[in-house]
Amino acid sequence: MTGTSGWVADGRTGPTGTPLIRSPRDLEEARKRFLASYQAVQKYISVCGGTGCRGGGCLAVAQAIRDVVREEGLEQTLPVRLTGCHGFCERGPIVVIYPQKIFYQQVKPIHARKIVTRSAVAGEVLEDLLYKAPDTKEAIPHEEDIPFYRKQMRLVFGRNGAIDPENIEDYIALGGYSALVKALFSMQPDEIIEEVKRSGLRGRGGGGFPTGRKWASMKKAPSPDGRRFVICNADEGDPGAFMDRSLIEGNPHSVIEGMIIGAYAMGATAGYVYIRREYPLALQTLTTALRQAREYGFLGQDILGSGFSFDIGINRGGGAFVCGESTALMASMEGKVGEPRPKYVHTVEKGLWDRPTCLNNVETWANVPLIIARGADWYAGIGTDKSKGTKIFSLVGKVNNTGLIEVPMGITLREVIFEIGGGIQKGRRFKAVQTGGPSGGVIPESLLDLPVDFDRLTEVGSMMGSGGMIVMDDRTCMVDVARYFLQFLTEESCGKCVPCREGVRRVKEIVERICRGEGRMSDLRLIEEMAPEIADGSLCGLGQSAPNPVITSIRYFREEWEAHVRDRKCPAGVCKDLITYSIDPVKCTGCMACVKPCPQQCITGERKKPHVLDASRCIKCGACYEVCKYDAVLRQ
Amino acid sequence: MEAMNPTTPSGCLCEDVDPILDRYGRDQGLLVSILQDIQEKYRYLPKEALERVSAALDVPMAQVYAVATFFKAFSLKPRGRHVVQVCMGTACHVRGAPLIRDKLERDLGVKNGETAADLSVTLESVNCVGACALGPVVVLDDEVQGHVTLTKVDALVKKVRS
Repeated sequence: MTGTSGWVADGRTGPTGTPLIRSPRDLEEARKRFLASYQAVQKYISVCGGTGCRGGGCLAVAQAIRDVVREEGLEQTLPVRLTGCHGFCERGPIVVIYPQKIFYQQVKPIHARKIVTRSAVAGEVLEDLLYKAPDTKEAIPHEEDIPFYRKQMRLVFGRNGAIDPENIEDYIALGGYSALVKALFSMQPDEIIEEVKRSGLRGRGGGGFPTGRKWASMKKAPSPDGRRFVICNADEGDPGAFMDRSLIEGNPHSVIEGMIIGAYAMGATAGYVYIRREYPLALQTLTTALRQAREYGFLGQDILGSGFSFDIGINRGGGAFVCGESTALMASMEGKVGEPRPKYVHTVEKGLWDRPTCLNNVETWANVPLIIARGADWYAGIGTDKSKGTKIFSLVGKVNNTGLIEVPMGITLREVIFEIGGGIQKGRRFKAVQTGGPSGGVIPESLLDLPVDFDRLTEVGSMMGSGGMIVMDDRTCMVDVARYFLQFLTEESCGKCVPCREGVRRVKEIVERICRGEGRMSDLRLIEEMAPEIADGSLCGLGQSAPNPVITSIRYFREEWEAHVRDRKCPAGVCKDLITYSIDPVKCTGCMACVKPCPQQCITGERKKPHVLDASRCIKCGACYEVCKYDAVLRQ
Repeated sequence: MEAMNPTTPSGCLCEDVDPILDRYGRDQGLLVSILQDIQEKYRYLPKEALERVSAALDVPMAQVYAVATFFKAFSLKPRGRHVVQVCMGTACHVRGAPLIRDKLERDLGVKNGETAADLSVTLESVNCVGACALGPVVVLDDEVQGHVTLTKVDALVKKVRS
């Protein structure tokens, strides 16, 4: 047998020097020091450094702010902190002035000077950079008063904005690694497992399997040579979900601490984080965090003098959705093709290298220190009967306030979408929300009062998944969305099981035909017939849940499917073969804006006179629709 | 990255591949990581490099090839100097990503998933880069561009061409 040479899967080893913290007492003393220096800095500027804000140019903003701070000679008195994701990505880049916690949004480098001199130094609140309530237009200076945050319960995600993810001392200062001390020095491994069981924590990666039960099974399983593994699944493959990435980027030590506690409870000898290649920033943050955890003595030999030794390595994913599945993920970690295997022997018994292995998702691991520190009873008091705690969702799509939110289980979809999310963009009409990614389904307006938990979502044909919530409006075509997921699943099916490989492809072909206007009424019945066969005949979760998106779409939006089949029409104006572009002569002001972007030069007209679109040459690229400010371009 | 002209890998790649193999202790279990580093170096996986990996790790070429073709991260063909990735995640999809992709195909003159003949640019779609709140998203040479519109595509294409 080969593999798992040394501790660290990426081939780099940690420092061999003595760790800085060697006992719980060391930690408490260090914490006092770190907290003192953390608190000594009362006044500082925090810039959100999450990937969302980076896409909006936050690094340039941070640089501009630092430049001004230097020019003003304030380096010693006004630090600039680049923190993890604040969640409100829609409004990025986000800058917060401490200690007043003034929340500035959509900041640009040109605002740097006034943020430093007028706001941070002189204490002025810059009205123009504040968030404005969409209805009352009232400017809201503090994060916690913004409706987007008010209904949230940020237990796991809350410290993201307060700590520098590249500095372990921030995490320690705010109580980090105290749960680990509690676990190592005042709890037996079985007590920890019992605590996790009683907390009611269920896997956040999608399936919702009770975490404590998984841990107990792994604990019981024998290993021929004593090697046992814990793995953190950071192969966040669900399109539309990015909370795992933001957790690793914003608070990596919470995940690491959870893994060490789990490893101690289950007697694991090594840990791995399997991380997606599409997340370079998360990889960098995690690498730094693991190095620091080693230097400070939370990883390595004889952790904090407890006698327990453990380390965590990184394994980079190769970019395959199916590798979110436990056996496929482990195959990939062994250098093989990422194909799942039948699970009559579970991975907790024979996982990586055929050794007992416990795989949990990033968010699951990050919940563990909270449960240990504050107790199972506290945790079980949050959420619903069978779904405890909070869940982080990525609220995206056609909703006003997109971003990452953390809410208690049991909150309704309506509260999430309309109160936290601020309703639908451009005042359009809500149509559906998609949860659970390619394994989930679409949920219609009639079910908006559904409390969000594992079981309720499954009952309506969708699932929790890893927490993507993609909101759709009346301009989203439900047939097209089904086609989209089928396309995704066809590409991502590993090809091992015929019902998944061929069945999903067949359904996709049928739906594509319907999108082209060549559907037959019998097609819908055929899809409904094939769906259970695909689900029953597939080995892993990918195939078993593959029909969900199309089946829920037909179940809840049959009229729209029938419009495509019977009337050859796409009511939402999306399916290219079923729509035509035209210009409404009444609404058109003759501004000429649409004439130039048209690649076909098929729009003609004079200034201030209604334009005409020659549909025979139109390639339906959407350029005119995008630029028209008067809604005069019709897509029907 | 600029180690060599990717179209004509020089005679012996062993010198370049061996340090990568050594970094991972020539461990079969780390095949995916090894291939990732090779891909990073050449922007694709040259045949000679795969042969070297197969010999050095004592893994059949068929298995190396299976892994190299299974994962999206790998390309067996040289990729362009610029890489334009259109995010096809659900959030981007409902916000109009397909129209963005179509325009990039037209304006770059490259089909999705292909590389220009002069190796100037590769266009590919990716399933979610995790910047969903900024959709539709295009990643140009590892830099995330958010809220992309058809109008903004013109500027992106200009950047690639310059």
